[in-house]
Amino acid sequence: MTAIEAIKLAGQAIIEEKDFLTDLDQAIGDGDHGINMARGFSSVFTKIDALKDDADISMVLKTVGMGLISSVGGASGPLYGTAFLRASAACKDKNAIDAVTAKEMLDAAIKGIQDRGKAVKGEKTMLDALIPASEAIGTGIDAGKNVVECLKDAVEAAQTGVEYTKTIIATKGRASYLAERSIGHQDPGATSSTTMLKALYEYVK
Amino acid sequence: MVGVVIVSHSAKIAEGIKELALQMAKDHPVFTAGGTQDGGIGTDPMRIQEAIENADQGDGVAVLADLGSAVMSVDLAKEMIEPELSARVFLANAPIVEGSIAAVVEASLGSSLDKVLQTAADAKNMNKE
Repeated sequence: MTAIEAIKLAGQAIIEEKDFLTDLDQAIGDGDHGINMARGFSSVFTKIDALKDDADISMVLKTVGMGLISSVGGASGPLYGTAFLRASAACKDKNAIDAVTAKEMLDAAIKGIQDRGKAVKGEKTMLDALIPASEAIGTGIDAGKNVVECLKDAVEAAQTGVEYTKTIIATKGRASYLAERSIGHQDPGATSSTTMLKALYEYVK
Repeated sequence: MVGVVIVSHSAKIAEGIKELALQMAKDHPVFTAGGTQDGGIGTDPMRIQEAIENADQGDGVAVLADLGSAVMSVDLAKEMIEPELSARVFLANAPIVEGSIAAVVEASLGSSLDKVLQTAADAKNMNKE
């Protein structure tokens, strides 16, 4: 198992969902989420292919973050870019990720997204998937679960979070212009976050 | 002279605003970061960083931005540039068209960065009734 393989699978999952994410974003946003994220990960793939074989997890995640920031174009660039950079800083010098480190990395990523986007839970954003995912990992750690079991719970919590975004009004980003007309649509960012978590779980399980 | 950077999701918007503003203040250091690197709609923190570095003459830079990710990309660009320069770069709390023109005119009079930012913010109150 390597960080590069994990990132490639997460990116591949996003690229495969490009049209779906774009459809979701066309309903309540500017309709570029799938296209932007797919372009971002294509650029990231080129950058991580250029990394040396001994690049550690932190270095790989940093490369992903910088790659997304420089190529995505939409709001998801600075948001996911910052998330990956913060996750990178949270696993510096680590060669393996246990459940506690995984939670620290996810929490650092969430904090990064909040610093950048000034959003909180319940505003129909990627945080509505990621915060429950982090909470599920915390509950798993308390119950003595290993990192794979924790990730499974995180994916389920994130999926529930995506469903929840259908029931609430967007107050952040382009979707906020639609106000109550955003109800009934699931959030594209929460969806792409869940897609990446799920790909990561499928890889490590 | 305070430099001005115009950040828009659209290269055409950014260039158009620059053109309008320079009508009133020929040769002022105004740089744009419009659209993505490949000519699409969006914002690019790296291009914003470059524009800020070009606009700075030592007296600071006022940045005008349009929607959502433009603001986030400016924040990110500020984190990426040298802290010494970053400390004199501020995003104006202003509408991008009126604010940019107000900022460029004010800056061309040799005003301080604070004054330029204030004038840009005041452009919000322009009455169109």
